Amino acid sequence: MRAAGAPIAFGLIVLGLWQAACTAFHIPRILLPAPTAIVAAFGGNLPLLGADFVQTVLRSVLPGFALGSGAGFIVGLAVDASPFLRRGVLPVASLAGALPIVGIAPIMVMWFGFDWQSKAAVAAVMTFFPMLVNTVAGLEAPGAMERDLLRSYSASPWQTLEKLRLPAALPYIFTALKLDTTLALIGAIVAEFFGTPTVGMGFRISTEAARLDLDVVWAETLVAAITGSALFFGLAYLERLVTFWRPAFQSGSEKEMR
Amino acid sequence: MREALRRTLPVIVVVAALLAVWYAAALVVDAPQGALAEKRPLLPTPQQVAGALLAGILQPPTSPRSLIYHAGVTAASAAAGFALAFVLGIGLAIAIVNVRLLDRSLMPWIIASQTVPALAVAPMVVVVLGNIGLTGLVPKALIAAWLSFFPIVTSMVAGLRSPERIQLDLLRTYSAGGWDVFAQLRWPASMSFLFPGMKVAATLAVVGAIVAELPTGAQAGLGARLLAASYYGQTLQLWAALVMASLLAVVVVGVVDGARGVLVRVRGGRL
Repeated sequence: MRAAGAPIAFGLIVLGLWQAACTAFHIPRILLPAPTAIVAAFGGNLPLLGADFVQTVLRSVLPGFALGSGAGFIVGLAVDASPFLRRGVLPVASLAGALPIVGIAPIMVMWFGFDWQSKAAVAAVMTFFPMLVNTVAGLEAPGAMERDLLRSYSASPWQTLEKLRLPAALPYIFTALKLDTTLALIGAIVAEFFGTPTVGMGFRISTEAARLDLDVVWAETLVAAITGSALFFGLAYLERLVTFWRPAFQSGSEKEMR
Repeated sequence: MREALRRTLPVIVVVAALLAVWYAAALVVDAPQGALAEKRPLLPTPQQVAGALLAGILQPPTSPRSLIYHAGVTAASAAAGFALAFVLGIGLAIAIVNVRLLDRSLMPWIIASQTVPALAVAPMVVVVLGNIGLTGLVPKALIAAWLSFFPIVTSMVAGLRSPERIQLDLLRTYSAGGWDVFAQLRWPASMSFLFPGMKVAATLAVVGAIVAELPTGAQAGLGARLLAASYYGQTLQLWAALVMASLLAVVVVGVVDGARGVLVRVRGGRL
């Protein structure tokens, strides 16, 4: 935990300089509100921010994330069963992952309406491809030696999957999950730029920015940042618990990680 | 020849299957709409999209209906943002590798910054910069730069650290100084890490530029095109703009790959 000292100190220094600059140079609130002003806006708008959080995170991001990642994992398992499919799907999925998928947001809004369904759909499509690619890559991760060992035990394909290949794929799957949390948040928020019931983080950010009510925008950004970090570090913690056997997580070896 | 077929045939089959499913779905979805579906289908068929795309591309490049023109506007912001992220990212990576305090204090924040959905802040960045007179390319480029910055920094830091102890020791036996170690070993070794990062960064720059065009009320660019088409319910226009955005992403990745190819050739076949 000693390692956390330097980044925390750095963060506090930046916050301090930000606050000092805002008061010393009288930076207009429209340009950059001081940290205290943002915290005040956060505290003053709790019901509003809470409603936006429920609409965007609980009703759009999480269902979309679960649906997209889950579907990506299942399709990954199915694709893995056939070498032909693996060779065919993997290049297509990798390409799809590099495309600006957020652009489907207006189409989803057209199909599924203004409410959370369309946002969850965008999040689901965006999270699908990284999970698919990483699942297939992860299942391929064990080397010939491990596979041969299991074959020498006359393990069935199902046993090989359960005992060797799925555990070996876990680091890849967690990588995809961590990536997917951010993608799902971005997808849901950007989809709200194309039409919402008048609630949601993306709706709030775009309308309040247009009204130059930047304190609220910053407070909403703070909520988004906290949500994103909580999801990411929550998954990172879960990863440590589930894949405790990885060398990177064994104590003592961490210093040699570079 | 057989090897090439072995690799491409599955891809062709999968793409053909996807197109077939798309086509069948479009027929089912749009059947009840009848004649209306020809102009504003809920799900256009592949050839309708291809037709709209071709019509958009074949417009004279100066026309506001030309997809080439809009793609050019988006590409310019993406390129400017990427260039900025490239310079800052590589500079910061060099600093992080050399200054231990920066590594310990800054690196965790760079990683944490990626858990913030940066695109969500795009409208604010655009409004704030517009307020101090910066409109057009600059705000879009800044958003694109913010997104592409991260993969460049992290891949470059990993690359500059990739030389192994044994290689560093060898240079020490030659009594190489810090600069020599950097120029002869660390920098060349970093390139094979940098290029995958640059590919991700380039596609993110395109995404950033497109999303930055959404809230500005911008008249030009693929994002503006998407927004206008969605506002007026012009599905064909919408799909054409989306395919154009995908083509732009493919081109951008191709450019990075091309640069990599040039570097490989200059270095005599290795990266």
